[in-house]
Amino acid sequence: MSIQISAMTKRFGKTDVLRGIDLSVQKGELVALLGPSGSGKTTLLKIIAGLEWPDAGQLAVEDQDWLQLAAQDRRIGFVFQHYALFPHMSVRDNIAFGLSVRPRAERPGKSVIAAKVDELLHFLQIAHLADRYPGQLSGGQRQRVALGRALAIEPKVLLLDEPFGALDAAIRRDLRRWLRGVHEATGSTTIFVTHDQEEAFELADRVVVMGAGKIEQIGHADAIHDHPATPFVARFMGATVDLPVTLQAGRADGAGLDLTALARRALPDGAARLLVRPQDITPVPDADAPWRIVTRMSNGAHLRLVLIHPDLGEAEADVPRRAVKAEALIPDATVRLKIEGGTIFPRDQPQHATVDTPKTTPTRLESSR
Amino acid sequence: MTAATAPIRAKRVMPGFTLSLGTTLLYLTFIVLIPVLALVLKGAEIGPARFWQIVSSPRAVAAFQVTLTAAVIATIFNAVYGLLMAWVLVRYEFRGKRILDALMDVPFALPTAVAGLSLTALFSANGWFGGVLEAAGLQVVYTIWGIALAMAFTSVPFVVRTVQPVLEDMDPALEQAAITLGARPWAIFTRVVFPAILPAWLAGCTTAFARSLGEFGAIVFIAGNLPGRTEIAALLAFIRLEEFDYNGAAAIALVLLGFALVLLVLSNLLQNWASKHREATR
Repeated sequence: MSIQISAMTKRFGKTDVLRGIDLSVQKGELVALLGPSGSGKTTLLKIIAGLEWPDAGQLAVEDQDWLQLAAQDRRIGFVFQHYALFPHMSVRDNIAFGLSVRPRAERPGKSVIAAKVDELLHFLQIAHLADRYPGQLSGGQRQRVALGRALAIEPKVLLLDEPFGALDAAIRRDLRRWLRGVHEATGSTTIFVTHDQEEAFELADRVVVMGAGKIEQIGHADAIHDHPATPFVARFMGATVDLPVTLQAGRADGAGLDLTALARRALPDGAARLLVRPQDITPVPDADAPWRIVTRMSNGAHLRLVLIHPDLGEAEADVPRRAVKAEALIPDATVRLKIEGGTIFPRDQPQHATVDTPKTTPTRLESSR
Repeated sequence: MTAATAPIRAKRVMPGFTLSLGTTLLYLTFIVLIPVLALVLKGAEIGPARFWQIVSSPRAVAAFQVTLTAAVIATIFNAVYGLLMAWVLVRYEFRGKRILDALMDVPFALPTAVAGLSLTALFSANGWFGGVLEAAGLQVVYTIWGIALAMAFTSVPFVVRTVQPVLEDMDPALEQAAITLGARPWAIFTRVVFPAILPAWLAGCTTAFARSLGEFGAIVFIAGNLPGRTEIAALLAFIRLEEFDYNGAAAIALVLLGFALVLLVLSNLLQNWASKHREATR
């Protein structure tokens, strides 16, 4: 089912949770809503599900106005972050719930329900768990049961809220591949919410990056990675180093920076800012340069250097520890910074979303590594 | 490293274990165990034949019947009303909710005699409710209804206070999940919410029932205490004691104790069952 969302807004008390969302999802597409906590992604998902209601805007699914439809009548499959399995029901009864709760006239017969549940149990590879209770299952198993319960009603749209958020990294990777398979096998339109970019990019056909109630960028992994549309996206994608530069004829220049590797940008001359990932900064020892190394930490593979500039403040750089030149990069050495890649934004570009994202917050999630 | 290593002994993190456990056990022995033991011995002193004679005398049997019947009525009422009250206190926001919540403890805090007196005043023939009910042909005071009323008044918090926390702890996502699966409100209540609170609710009802069986102060004012008609077991034991018939009092008290113990065990079993089922799905 195709989904059309337009001009959707939502306030909780004094907070604007959604500030005008326009989004369309094609039939059979797998879309990720990616953003930090507080970006409104879960609220948007719950509005599609009918568990929250917007203040304004439209939600149409196959030309049907879903804002006139109760959640019960939408036929969606919703998988909750903590699964929300019914604790007093066996796995089998959990999966059967959506069918057995239908009004008598529409309810399939007992044997039909049982057959459907068995089919799902096999499809999801959890047949051996059928008679267990949720309390006896591991996180990954609960996740599968929750998905089975949602799929039992043959939903038009499948919605997942942080589906792998509570799982170990290894199980996550397995389940991701498995969910992709389930999506392809059922052909349902699927939207899932995540704050983990790796997860979003690996799993989704399209990624919708959200920040502070607005959509910042919609696209495929490579495009979002290489060409972030806004400073917010750049920062969310790990470009946490924010350097002031000056643009002239599309060429950028900055204090103690070697920007020759950067492509020319079609931006007006004047002050601009450059957002760079720490791993795209290579410090080069240079006695006359203004940057000085303050600390040097190693995580084994990489050195993380904290650099300071007398006027601009601090910046961070990641360098492979085994690199030949790494030996000279010791505290108190002065360096110039060779920038291997990054994105330039005009100085005055409004920074959506950065309002409540402190500069020091690493937006890349360590847990995903 | 030459020193002989002493065996490693784990040090207790919390100090005072022996002292605090000793104190509480001593207290429990004096306040609970010894009196109960004395009661059992007193009852056993008379031998089974005499014991049976006392507890099966028409007056005693009638007293037990009245007590049990009234307690059943009171508990059924509280089971429904207490559940509703807990539901209202947890699920809705309204002005004065905190006051209502605090009021739920009044039956705990109020001296039962005061409760009995005010209920009697309200329901007697010239009281506010009594007059109306009298006109409708229903007499509360001096009947089993009065006893049940007094019991219900003093025991309702047990139901409310056991169900309330469980209802509060329920993950709202459970109901949302049921909604997305197409469940209507009634189905959500009967298939998701009620099963989740059932063990706590049953446990609350059991405790309320046990409390009703033992209620004394509130009842004696409203019951009229007619032997064989509105005389409760606890009062009969009291009367026997007043007559210096210690054995008779002990025998009746023992039967009440038996009931209380059975219910206590039942309540604990239910709580256990409850905690097993509430085992996290989160």
